[in-house]
Amino acid sequence: MAAIGRPLAGALGRLTTQCIVQRSLHNASAAPFSTHGLPASKPEQRLTATLIPGDGVGPELCHVVMDVFKAAGIPVDFEQLYISEIDPHRSEPLETVVESIKRNGICLKGILASPEYNADGEAKTLNMKLRDELDLYANVVHVKSLPGLKCNHVRHKNVDMIVIREQTEGEYSALEHESVKGVVECLKITTREKCNRIAKFAFDYALKHGRKKVTAVHKANIMKLGDGLFLKSCADVAAMYPDIEFNNMIIDNCAMQLVSNPHQFDVMVLPNLYGNIVDNLAAGLVGGAGVVAGSSYSSHCVVFEQGARHTFAEGMGKNVANPTAMLLCSANMLKHAGLDQYSAIIKGAVDKVIKAGKVKTRDIGGYSKTSEFERAIIENLHSG
Amino acid sequence: MGTEASPKWEFPYALYGGRHTVSLLSMDGIGPEMTSYVQEVFEAAKVPIEFEEVALNKNFNSDVDFERALLSIRRNGIALKGSLESEYASPFYSKSRNAVMRVELDLFVNLFHCKTYPGVPAKHDLDIVVIRQNTEGEYAMIEHETVPGVVECIKVITKEASEKLGRFAFEFAVNNNRKKVTCVHKANIQKQTDGLFMDTMKSLSKDYPSIAYHDMIVDNTCMQLVSNPGQFDVMVTPNLYGLCVQNVVSGLAGGPGLYSGKNFGDKYAVFEPGTRNTGTQLRPNVGNPIAMLNASIDMLRHLRLHSYAQVIDDAIRRTLCVDKIHTQDLGGTASSMDVVQNIILNIRRSS
Repeated sequence: MAAIGRPLAGALGRLTTQCIVQRSLHNASAAPFSTHGLPASKPEQRLTATLIPGDGVGPELCHVVMDVFKAAGIPVDFEQLYISEIDPHRSEPLETVVESIKRNGICLKGILASPEYNADGEAKTLNMKLRDELDLYANVVHVKSLPGLKCNHVRHKNVDMIVIREQTEGEYSALEHESVKGVVECLKITTREKCNRIAKFAFDYALKHGRKKVTAVHKANIMKLGDGLFLKSCADVAAMYPDIEFNNMIIDNCAMQLVSNPHQFDVMVLPNLYGNIVDNLAAGLVGGAGVVAGSSYSSHCVVFEQGARHTFAEGMGKNVANPTAMLLCSANMLKHAGLDQYSAIIKGAVDKVIKAGKVKTRDIGGYSKTSEFERAIIENLHSG
Repeated sequence: MGTEASPKWEFPYALYGGRHTVSLLSMDGIGPEMTSYVQEVFEAAKVPIEFEEVALNKNFNSDVDFERALLSIRRNGIALKGSLESEYASPFYSKSRNAVMRVELDLFVNLFHCKTYPGVPAKHDLDIVVIRQNTEGEYAMIEHETVPGVVECIKVITKEASEKLGRFAFEFAVNNNRKKVTCVHKANIQKQTDGLFMDTMKSLSKDYPSIAYHDMIVDNTCMQLVSNPGQFDVMVTPNLYGLCVQNVVSGLAGGPGLYSGKNFGDKYAVFEPGTRNTGTQLRPNVGNPIAMLNASIDMLRHLRLHSYAQVIDDAIRRTLCVDKIHTQDLGGTASSMDVVQNIILNIRRSS
């Protein structure tokens, strides 16, 4: 352990200045002039992030992240807030969680289960409420093959695409009703403002990350007005980005193309429900829910969570879950917060362990436990 | 569904997860060098801004390059820029690209705030704001030769644009606790154009009884500026006079290397060094980086990133006034990099 701390001493010295500045940014979003709301006794150079452990294996995976952060000496404090729809009595109020994320600007989140039946009969799930309160409109999932990952159900190599999903409207409006007995209607809402917003997000993302092509996925041949509006917004916005190629694809064809030739995709932008399905499909291509990281953006904050949202409740407490996705999420969080060096340390360790292929959890064809994987990561933190 | 072909941006800023993207147009002369210093300083202060660098200079100057630069500003809403060399005999284009850019983006206000630093050599201690019309007047770029040997240039003043500018100037004065607005004009000669400008300002001034209003003819203004500049507070001017007044003020207060200018329209904001010189004649590592850094501070304040702006502003003040590290234009011996290094040191020290 002692050997782990030492090589970082130099890096720590260099990093002392940046965290306080980063923190004041997140205050700036809520109230530009104030610095109150910060715990006064905190050492200035540390960064605070909200942590939502989530349901199923979420808490175990978050513990892995915390252990790894501790071993790597990463100057991040987690403000842990439990919230769950399955166990509402132990949950913090939603407002507390929202306030914390707004204040910190960054959040690491396990997956929250959405049961089919809600105890108090509300149509909106907890996930939806959280997204609406924070206006987390853009979900980004980077679907990338992990170099060296070999297992039976990974058929494609070198997949590298970005799936951007609108997640505050569309089919997730929570507006359903039974107009006459036996006839149920669900309203799918599409607005130009939100379509423009997600399209601009996608193109700005592509530009910033040096991507070449944006594909809008839709079903405008059937839903001519709703999806038509989405498609038109994307085309309008594309006109502002002459250096980025734009095309569109119908969702059913897109699903087929994804499994047969995923390499044709670069950045994809989708409405809510299609995005949800494509996120999962694409995650399946490169190894499943345990290895794909995602993030949700509002203007002022980012929530980092797994790309394919499965709680893996059946694996809970069995020490079998794969922490790769959660560790990659945490690395992305560090990068966003300006702690690039620490981000690289975590990412490097994950890459090394996966490439070596000796420690593999069950979902990627091995027999290792979660704790064994964690140990392998910690051992590889500073071996580069 | 409506057919507005060009999307109107409800949200002009590219702001995601607390990080902004802004366009960076380094342009010509010392521009690229100066903007690279801004990037170094931003990195040291961990400012949450990403720059989208736009290739536009006297070599990249085709219509396509220019359109792309404009598109970039339209996408991000905010730009930091150096100055493009407006060559008199440009083979590419008959109009100044800098001026066309202002018109295209409708950046109708240019605001130049000049407040001298204690301890920096200057002819006078000043605190003057020059608010200049930025899109019309003599810069309407309408010139023609009616018969051989006779050339006409049309100066355009509109009531609408003058009113917008005047409203901005008086609101600025009220919000920033200023006492006096002086309208600079030449209405004794150009009775109609400058007359319209002055009348508009005068009638607007009635809505702002707390602000003293004066007008002054431009030639007299220049004389008064060099002999008794303390009498001026906020000045509001048409396009060309504004340019001259800004340069006089800047010269009195320590030169073009210190102060920044802001261009505002209804949708976009562009930040640049105050006196728009390209500094093409300067060797590398000689120019004063403060003007461009001040422009970047203006940008941070506009984006409401006040804490970062303050950190950098304090570091600059300390460098200029306490550490007294001055470049040659201020009578010092330091190089550009010495100044920047010292600013970065002060930023690290303060946090």
